Amino acid sequence: MIAGSVGIVEEKTFTFAEESDPMLLECGRTLGPITLAYETYGTLSADKSNAILILHALTGDAHVAGFHSENERKPGWWDTMVGPGKAFDTDKYFVICSNVIGGCKGSSGPSSTNPETGKPYGLSFPIVTIKDMVRAQKALVESLGIEQLCCVVGGSMGGMQVLQWAVSYPDAVRLAIPIATTARLSPQSIAFDAVGRQAIMMDPNWNNGDFYESQPPAGGLSIARMIGHITYLSDQSMHQKFGRDLVGEQSYDFTTDFQVESYLNYKGTTFVERFDANSYLYITKAMDYFDLAQEGVGSLQRALAGVTASFLVISFTSDWLFPPYQSKEIVSALRRNNKDVSYAEIKSDYGHDAFLLEIDALSQLIVNFLQYTDYQAEYHSATA
Amino acid sequence: MQQRENQSLQIEDHLPQEYHCIVELVQPRSKVLDLGCGTGVLLKTLQMEKHVRAQGIELNEEAIQACVGKGLFVYHGDLDEGLADFNDKSVDYVIATNTLQVLHRPAVLIKEMARVGKQCIISVPNFAYWRIRMALAFKGTMPKSGQIPYEWYDSPNIHHTTIEDFRRFCRQHNITIRREIGLRHMPDNTCKEVKHFKNMLSDYAVFLVQEG
Repeated sequence: MIAGSVGIVEEKTFTFAEESDPMLLECGRTLGPITLAYETYGTLSADKSNAILILHALTGDAHVAGFHSENERKPGWWDTMVGPGKAFDTDKYFVICSNVIGGCKGSSGPSSTNPETGKPYGLSFPIVTIKDMVRAQKALVESLGIEQLCCVVGGSMGGMQVLQWAVSYPDAVRLAIPIATTARLSPQSIAFDAVGRQAIMMDPNWNNGDFYESQPPAGGLSIARMIGHITYLSDQSMHQKFGRDLVGEQSYDFTTDFQVESYLNYKGTTFVERFDANSYLYITKAMDYFDLAQEGVGSLQRALAGVTASFLVISFTSDWLFPPYQSKEIVSALRRNNKDVSYAEIKSDYGHDAFLLEIDALSQLIVNFLQYTDYQAEYHSATA
Repeated sequence: MQQRENQSLQIEDHLPQEYHCIVELVQPRSKVLDLGCGTGVLLKTLQMEKHVRAQGIELNEEAIQACVGKGLFVYHGDLDEGLADFNDKSVDYVIATNTLQVLHRPAVLIKEMARVGKQCIISVPNFAYWRIRMALAFKGTMPKSGQIPYEWYDSPNIHHTTIEDFRRFCRQHNITIRREIGLRHMPDNTCKEVKHFKNMLSDYAVFLVQEG
């Protein structure tokens, strides 16, 4: 079967938690109304049992696959994985992805309009957590009439949401696939996030988050993105991709000399055009606060004691942002709880970015896991 | 590590003859952990025929893919780290087929298996098989056989053992042998159980053991 594209897709919105009944956030404040931008691909089966929820990473969005218009140059961010005949086969599954709250891609976030003031929230937007993001997604999934998801899957911050889903809503998740992720952000990862935030907040244009009517803190956000990109690559991938190659001759001044510099500059500059600096602050903060062990009073094992989903945990050998040992902690806690879990450590030089690039290895694992494990679950429940 | 990776790749995707008696040893609907499970052939057979709750540990990435493709739950990693997550006597059968002889510290693993498993199934090529003895005695070269087909310099097997050595090890380490099955591979590739002079006439051995 030739894997195809989902074609032209449309972004939809779902609004809930109206002002009369806002959502209580972990920080103690309320948020409402909440809008989620989302996309769906494929057809929901009559018994609503074939839904897969994809959770995006830090700077991702609801646009996983296909194109918004015929003129769009690049397809959605995981188009290699989602479509007819692909790992998340849209001929078979109903695939959902929504932009997280706190984001800037159509869901409620600091750049959205605060209904009370008629102006963008800016820093008056409450701090949101991974758990809050997941609660909002649950409301969306329920609004689609789906009680139980066939699978929740995501890489990086998406993987954190996968874990949170399995813990917060055990009955609503049949299979869970956390990829290149962690159950708690390490001090090293918090450190990188903190430097990124500092870069944004040091930019005079940031103006305490109030920049929507003037110039955005482009310099700061661009540096934050560059730092991020360094952590997404690996020593090996940088050697392969750039080596010590020069852009031109050695300049003997402080202009861009090396290919790697040029790459980071490009990534930084283009990011500014598509991302809100305040969202970057809010979402990295949500990641920093993520520590699933808190659900089990400090014990990850206890936190995962109530999950019922079967797990496929995937890490990549050269990922030093969320290294394999952090995935193994998740697997270990699940195994100690006697849960069904498979763990695969894919050999890759791509670093953390591997979850977007190692498509063949990922697809093979996921297709097999979805197919056989789901079949098994049915078999067991039928024979029980 | 490299050695073990190579070895697991050579496990073919059908159940080897010498594993049939292992399937017979396992009680239906039990919980099984296979150490170095390769492509999961034994686990899958146990799952289909004995409806066991199957788990495996394997180091080779392709083998892991194959296991997931069979609907098995597997852990990609080293055997030592893999066992740490299991409580004492939390598994009905811990199985290690053709695995001990390639490990750096087999004694440590056997003790871990005995701790975790209510029972353990261990299978190894028998280095005291008479043809092997003959090869060393008369040819004066490192022996090879159907079960030990490697040259001395590229063999993954670094801890060869014999049925007699394994018996002694168990005596010394408070492990009881519940069943001891000596096997001889026949020219037509079937396996025949050896009843007498097992240590001399078997080229392969399967043990069912338990702690205490």
